[in-house]
Amino acid sequence: MSEDDERQESPPSDLEFSSNKARNYNATGSGSGQPEIQSPYSDQVLENVLENVLHFLTSRRDRNAASLVCKSWYRVEALTRSDLFIGNCYAVSPDRATTRFTRVRALHLKGKPRFADFNLMPRDWGAHFNPWVLSMAKAYPWLEKVYLKRMSVTDDDLAMLSESFTGFKELVLVCCDGFGTSGLAIFVSKCRQLRVLDLIESEVVDDETDWISCFPEAESHLESLIFDCVESPINFEALERLVARSPALKKLRLNQHVSIGQLYRLMIRAPQLTHLGTGSFSPSEVAGQGDQELDYVTAFAACKSLVCLSGFREIVPDYLPAMYPVCANLTSLNFSYANITAEQLKPIIRNCHKLQVFWVLDSICDEGLQAVAVTCKELRELRVFPFDAREDSDGPVSEVGLQAISEGCRKLQSILYFCQRMTNAAVIAMSQNCPDLVVFRLCIMGRHRADHVTGEAMDDGFGAIVKNCKKLTRLAVSGLLTDKAFDYIGRYGKLVRTLSVAFAGDSDMGLKYVLEGCPQLQKLEIRDSPFGDAALRSGLHHYYNMRFLWMSSCRLTRQGCQEIANAMPGLVIEVIRSSDEEEMDDSVETLYMYRSLEGPRKDAPKFVTIL
Amino acid sequence: MEGRMNYENDLVNLKATELRLGLPGSDEPTEKKMRNNKRSSSEISEESRTSGVTDQAAGVNDEHEESAPPAKAQVVGWPPIRSYRKNCLQAKKNDEVESGSGMYVKVSVDGAPYLRKIDLKVYRSYPQLLKGLENMFKLTIGAYSEREGYNGSDYAPTYEDKDGDWMLVGDVPWE
Repeated sequence: MSEDDERQESPPSDLEFSSNKARNYNATGSGSGQPEIQSPYSDQVLENVLENVLHFLTSRRDRNAASLVCKSWYRVEALTRSDLFIGNCYAVSPDRATTRFTRVRALHLKGKPRFADFNLMPRDWGAHFNPWVLSMAKAYPWLEKVYLKRMSVTDDDLAMLSESFTGFKELVLVCCDGFGTSGLAIFVSKCRQLRVLDLIESEVVDDETDWISCFPEAESHLESLIFDCVESPINFEALERLVARSPALKKLRLNQHVSIGQLYRLMIRAPQLTHLGTGSFSPSEVAGQGDQELDYVTAFAACKSLVCLSGFREIVPDYLPAMYPVCANLTSLNFSYANITAEQLKPIIRNCHKLQVFWVLDSICDEGLQAVAVTCKELRELRVFPFDAREDSDGPVSEVGLQAISEGCRKLQSILYFCQRMTNAAVIAMSQNCPDLVVFRLCIMGRHRADHVTGEAMDDGFGAIVKNCKKLTRLAVSGLLTDKAFDYIGRYGKLVRTLSVAFAGDSDMGLKYVLEGCPQLQKLEIRDSPFGDAALRSGLHHYYNMRFLWMSSCRLTRQGCQEIANAMPGLVIEVIRSSDEEEMDDSVETLYMYRSLEGPRKDAPKFVTIL
Repeated sequence: MEGRMNYENDLVNLKATELRLGLPGSDEPTEKKMRNNKRSSSEISEESRTSGVTDQAAGVNDEHEESAPPAKAQVVGWPPIRSYRKNCLQAKKNDEVESGSGMYVKVSVDGAPYLRKIDLKVYRSYPQLLKGLENMFKLTIGAYSEREGYNGSDYAPTYEDKDGDWMLVGDVPWE
């Protein structure tokens, strides 16, 4: 009971005395001669102590563990949890959550599984925010923050959010949909205490409402305004006035309808910015705007705190030199919408010595990546996106770029790399050069593509990654892969929590290796791989420990899934058809399976069958 | 892939009219091959998607022998790039393509799961364009009239002009 010993050493003496008393009482049990009157007192003191201590516990994993110690700890932990994280909105109902945790100030909620991003799930599958906002409006009047990922949020939900919580401060919507500019207008007009409004990669319907003008006219508390994913034009004059009256604004990410001339005007009003999304980074199409004559270099130089730069949606590379003054301080640079060449990148990147996060398009080619490797010794995260995202496109980046990065950026922790050709040798090199890798996601865009030098499967490359990268928790595989690759993953990937598989494997053994070998597996998403019912059965011992399993276009049958449903009542097993297909036969197009305390959900659309 | 599909259809039809000696069912190899290719292809008609599912149940084991798919075949959701990003970059590619042969524009239809591209240079008049759209999306657009727009269906073709305004297709002369 080392935890008890620790408590004895550190707290002040009067508390120690009380907790000793309580412990002695508990240790000797009832009927030990201690008067009954003392017990409620001791318990209450203990709970007060606990409350004070548990307030300091922030990690939700620690909190979950603490809540399992005993009923007293369960109660106190529930009282002191102010940040509530729910990884699957269907795993628990809003009422159950609000009943257990009564003092929540921040909610973090995730909905659809990730493969929904790639059109693998029909629209209107679910993940509605509405029941949550209804429940919280009653239970948490002091709610301050809501963070949603892949949820369906309506304009009414936004209205309710702004009306139900007077102290509401932060709204972050990542990969959400279902709302539009009119919902935003209502939201911003009513949230008087708003500090953060971050819309990230969300779909926002253009209702042609001027939502920027709806921010209250008084001085605003805005610290972060991110709307680069909003595809509709905005009222620039209103935005300029808003920025002028937001002295606390640190993060501003503009959409592609803001020209570079307009960007200039905002930058000179807000030199205190730390995070800037530059909008289109090209001159206005309206003639006579004089965008070319403005002194952009000075504007950038004035932003001495700038550490994170993004945007560049319609970049005219001639304007790139404007950012030279900030390169030396940048820790994060997102060029992933900028179609620039290696030559255009080099003058920028050679000054970015402090860069830790770099997102870029493969238009920079292997040569551009070599330049990154030379300078960016502090790089922690690299994402290389394809300019031409098709299977048969030319591949400007290859194993050459990956090898260079592995040799130059030894502190790399996270990589997402799209390419058309790759070799085991380069992947093995990365596994050896970058031992700190936590996230390794390689997407060889041509399906079933082998090592283009040796002609072998990519098994050994991914095998080396799981073997050598001892901290690896997230892995995405691609290329030609046999069951051997999965054998490696099951044998060495002991910390892997998230695994993405597409067009890989030979037989059920592949999936079996993973389900039997990876004890930390939480999220498994598989598409177009030859895994069937027998493989599914091999995970029965583990499914309650997972957040979800997704399998689409595999070899599953209705009967096989039904067996799982019968064996595991705590799982919800959804069989999803493409929305316009009729129920054809026993084969299962998409299986989405997750643990839940609530049983089958009531809001399932008709193309979802819950077994 | 769609182009190839049509070709194969024509081939089968030709075979139907062909006089030859042979047992019935000797066409099978060709058909099976077609269905395998359809298994994970997206931009083909719905029937092919349905039959693709059937094939899976039969356990068609073709993953590794699958020859490289025809150049234009695209699989749903592959490579795994979010449509938002794809669309943004697609717009840039359009700018590059326009100067060459073909003038491709994106077409989206309410209720359709993905966008399509059509080459405007292929058509010479609005009626031809509308027919092309009707074929592609399997819907009817109705008749154009200057006063009332499009009658007779729920669909009306619109486009965004260079000022960013939404215009009804057909008002401005074709040229």
